[in-house]
Amino acid sequence: MTKFLQTLMDGVAVGSLYALIALGYTMVYGILQFINFAHSDVFVLGAWLSYTLAVAFGYAAAGAHPPLAAGLLILVGAMAACGLAGFTIERLAYRPLRRAPRLNVLITAIGVSLLLQNVGQLKWFFGTQPQRMPSLIDDKILAVVAGVQIHLVDLAGAGTALLLMLVLDWLIFRTRMGRAMRAVSHDTAVAALMGINVDAVVSFTFVLGSSLAAAAGFLYAMKYPGLNQPAHATWVLLGLKAFVAAVIGGIGNVRGAMLGGVLIGFIELFGAAYLSPHLRDIYVFSILILVLLLRPSGILGKAVAEKV
Amino acid sequence: MTARTPSGRATQIAAVCLLAAGLTGCGGGGGASAGAGKGGGTILIGHYGSMTGSEATFGQSTDNGVRLAIKEVNAAGGINGRTVDLKTYDDQGKSQEAGTAVTRLITDDKVVAVLGEVASSLSLAGGRVAQQYGVPMISPSSTNPAVTQIGDMIFRVCFLDPYQGWVEAKFARDSLKAQKAAILYDQAQAYSKGLAQYFKEAFVKLGGTITTEQAYTGGDQDFSAQLTTIRQTAPDVILVPGYYTDAGNIAIQVRKLGLTAPMLGGDGWDSSQLAAIGGSAIEGSYFSNHYSIQDTRPEVQNFVTKYKADYGRTPDGLAALGYDAARLLFDAMKRSASLDGKMLAAAIASTKDFPGVTGKITIDENRDARKSAVIVQVKSGIPTYVTTIDPQ
Amino acid sequence: MIRSAAPVAAGFAIAVLLQLAAGSVVGPFAVKLLMDIGINVVLAVSLNLVNGFTGQFSIGHAGFMAVGGYVAGCITYYGSFLLWGGASVRPGLLSGGTLLFLGACLVGSLVASGAGFLVGLPSLRLRGDYLAIVTLGFGEILRVMLQRTGDVLTDPASVKGAAATTLATSLGGSLGFSGLPYYTNLLWVYVFVTVTLVVALRLKFSSYGRAFLSIRENEIAAEAVGVNTTRLKVRAFVLAAAFAGLAGGLFAHEVGVSLNPRELGFQKSFDIVIMVVLGGMGSVSGAVLAAIVLTLLPEALRSFSEFRMPIYALALILMMILRPQGLLGLREVWELPWLRRRSAGGGTETA
Repeated sequence: MTKFLQTLMDGVAVGSLYALIALGYTMVYGILQFINFAHSDVFVLGAWLSYTLAVAFGYAAAGAHPPLAAGLLILVGAMAACGLAGFTIERLAYRPLRRAPRLNVLITAIGVSLLLQNVGQLKWFFGTQPQRMPSLIDDKILAVVAGVQIHLVDLAGAGTALLLMLVLDWLIFRTRMGRAMRAVSHDTAVAALMGINVDAVVSFTFVLGSSLAAAAGFLYAMKYPGLNQPAHATWVLLGLKAFVAAVIGGIGNVRGAMLGGVLIGFIELFGAAYLSPHLRDIYVFSILILVLLLRPSGILGKAVAEKV
Repeated sequence: MTARTPSGRATQIAAVCLLAAGLTGCGGGGGASAGAGKGGGTILIGHYGSMTGSEATFGQSTDNGVRLAIKEVNAAGGINGRTVDLKTYDDQGKSQEAGTAVTRLITDDKVVAVLGEVASSLSLAGGRVAQQYGVPMISPSSTNPAVTQIGDMIFRVCFLDPYQGWVEAKFARDSLKAQKAAILYDQAQAYSKGLAQYFKEAFVKLGGTITTEQAYTGGDQDFSAQLTTIRQTAPDVILVPGYYTDAGNIAIQVRKLGLTAPMLGGDGWDSSQLAAIGGSAIEGSYFSNHYSIQDTRPEVQNFVTKYKADYGRTPDGLAALGYDAARLLFDAMKRSASLDGKMLAAAIASTKDFPGVTGKITIDENRDARKSAVIVQVKSGIPTYVTTIDPQ
Repeated sequence: MIRSAAPVAAGFAIAVLLQLAAGSVVGPFAVKLLMDIGINVVLAVSLNLVNGFTGQFSIGHAGFMAVGGYVAGCITYYGSFLLWGGASVRPGLLSGGTLLFLGACLVGSLVASGAGFLVGLPSLRLRGDYLAIVTLGFGEILRVMLQRTGDVLTDPASVKGAAATTLATSLGGSLGFSGLPYYTNLLWVYVFVTVTLVVALRLKFSSYGRAFLSIRENEIAAEAVGVNTTRLKVRAFVLAAAFAGLAGGLFAHEVGVSLNPRELGFQKSFDIVIMVVLGGMGSVSGAVLAAIVLTLLPEALRSFSEFRMPIYALALILMMILRPQGLLGLREVWELPWLRRRSAGGGTETA
């Protein structure tokens, strides 16, 4: 029972992070119909920026007790910075290729991804050594349920992720901007005819997706303080799994991304706990292949026939 | 490219010329020191290591140690009057680059001996080239047995993983009084897999039991699944035979899950980043290592002082091994009648009781080093000496 | 003229010439570089079949290289043990050892093409972007599986006593598969380079090739005029995988190489992708030129190795924005307009 509960808790915690990243993928795909390979690197950027900010404020010193507001400040700071990064990337690298063949944009996305990773590793930026994220929340054990310790950090993390997802949901389904986003993702040309500024909507989407990724990065750094170097393969794998989550939920579907994220978290952790931890990455990719073969539109997606 | 028209042929010729120019450029670039190897003049030795990549401290530390040794030997008059020079190539942690680096060192730069590598898989790649060309190679820190099995040109100055596994098992049984041990190893690193295997064999032979063996992939952040399983088996000690990059992360999660059993690791933990990442979680954990800076022997203290003066930080085990490997090589060079590959290899092979920083080194018939290991404990972030365990 | 035997003969002659003369002219390190160039040419030209000709986006090419390399290596290594009790090179142009090596490479290539079929058939039915993810996933799964293989057996007795399945799964795991005999030399590399180039060029300038290119230009229109897009895409993919497997076999037996699953993953696939993109997707000679330059450049710029990846990435982005057709676009070197003007009256036939 302990093992089940522990795995469940961890699944939710990890899954909510996947969901946050998956949202960025799915929104961009919905609007522009392409996979933004560089998205996971914005997530990494968010994590490392959080670290840099925390160190800059002096919280890395032993015995430092940062106030609760500090954590929020760093979170907002990282989100803003990554939102800006996302905006810049879209403006400089993707907008010129709006009319280009899809293959070109994909290649550019890969280029941006590798650029972010490898520039991040240079000594003037984050360097090649793993670092420890200073803890911004005093780690308290809130309760012990059936042998499973519930930590404040985990609860705060999952809670923040949930909150952000609710805000996004409200944004997309209850505001004008959200309506514009949905219109553009439905049919770009007609949306433009209706007077929607497509460029502004696209930029907004990127900013939104990037800030969510940054939040995921911050929360990830809180949960797993030992940060790997920016170009480490594990980040790429994480981004990939988040993308799989988006696909499984139905790419282009925001609620599908949230669902997919949590599902992938469960699959990965339950597979690792009950089947074999050696193959944890394989479970996720196998699910991807299954979904692509059997129901390519995903769980909440609609099968769209290609009209000639 | 096929030449089907005059213009096509012209382009092809141009391309070939460009190619040839490029190649001779590459070929001739390093040839400046050609011919300086065996006769009079400077002695050139080569070092290949991971200067960049995820285990960058490994290569950098080793290189620092080697350079310190070279500085000393040159200040003392060189080897039979000749100064020693070093050529270092970065292999970026990749075995293909390791092979290329050693090929270039030997065929292009014409070094008389090669030092390297730390990671056993890279030593295997580079070692085969050295063996092929008959140039002696000394690995400072590769602990996998397969490395010296390549051939009679390959040596090492560190202990082997089978020995290290036994050392850890002995410490766990004798000093920690552990009856049950759990293992969490890195399935992507042969070093980690091997060490886990050797520990298991030794621990069982010494009367203990292994409760569970769990695996992770290097760089993983989430170990909750594996640690939950480990927690359920209530071990007395947890073996984590991976690199420092993961050990810190694992320690944090071990303590977060409420596991209080002590953790035990191998020489892969040796890095200043271990405590930086692990923080309070890794306090009190143990690991086996090649040496300890608290060792009161004069060789060690002199080395630590000089290293601190030159590089501004305390030397880790890899720096010490790099230093010893280079000094052992120079000792062999002095004893050898010539610097020819075979003779130099024979001189290295006959090293006995060489006074190294990491202990007395004797090269045995398998070209491995017979020496002792130390156990250190992380206290206030610093690896502190606990005990020495000599080979049986 | 492309259909005649002359290019093949010329290619083989160059291969023989290189094998006999290169060593003494440029030295052993340059010889290794030449072999690296040849292998990269095969990889780039084969990826061009998928990314360039059919316009699909595969970023798992190194996975097929790994399949070919490991299969070939396994056959040569354990075959040598079973036949001759050891894995040292048996010299001679057509000695038993060389024949074993060549056979192993061909088998490796075959198995790689099988893998290409398995991966390509389901994923090429879907939207183009998904192929990228699936090929990436394939590369990762392969890496994990290879890292779980057992230690390489090193003494003849244990090899003779082992079952076939044991031998097939003793591929070194994460330590890597080292100890393979160094059979790869300039002759074989450039013989296979010639074969690859001739196949690619003949394919391009045939109706098959036109069909490939039509898929790239507009898949729906191609389907509408009767081109079976899925079947052709799979064929291109399988052929590309076969050549990648061949390159893998050559790579495995090269001096100083030890097969390691970690290094035959996304990073390596990307290195090949950038060769194809920079050279011009669809241009065989473009891929060749890019392969040559991108093999020599890292060696020449060794001191700046930490800037290599950022520069490649930046080059890729700028290329896509400013000159997406790459260096040569769809054209071959001999079709460049400024060359055509030079050969006044000479005339360039392109078919």
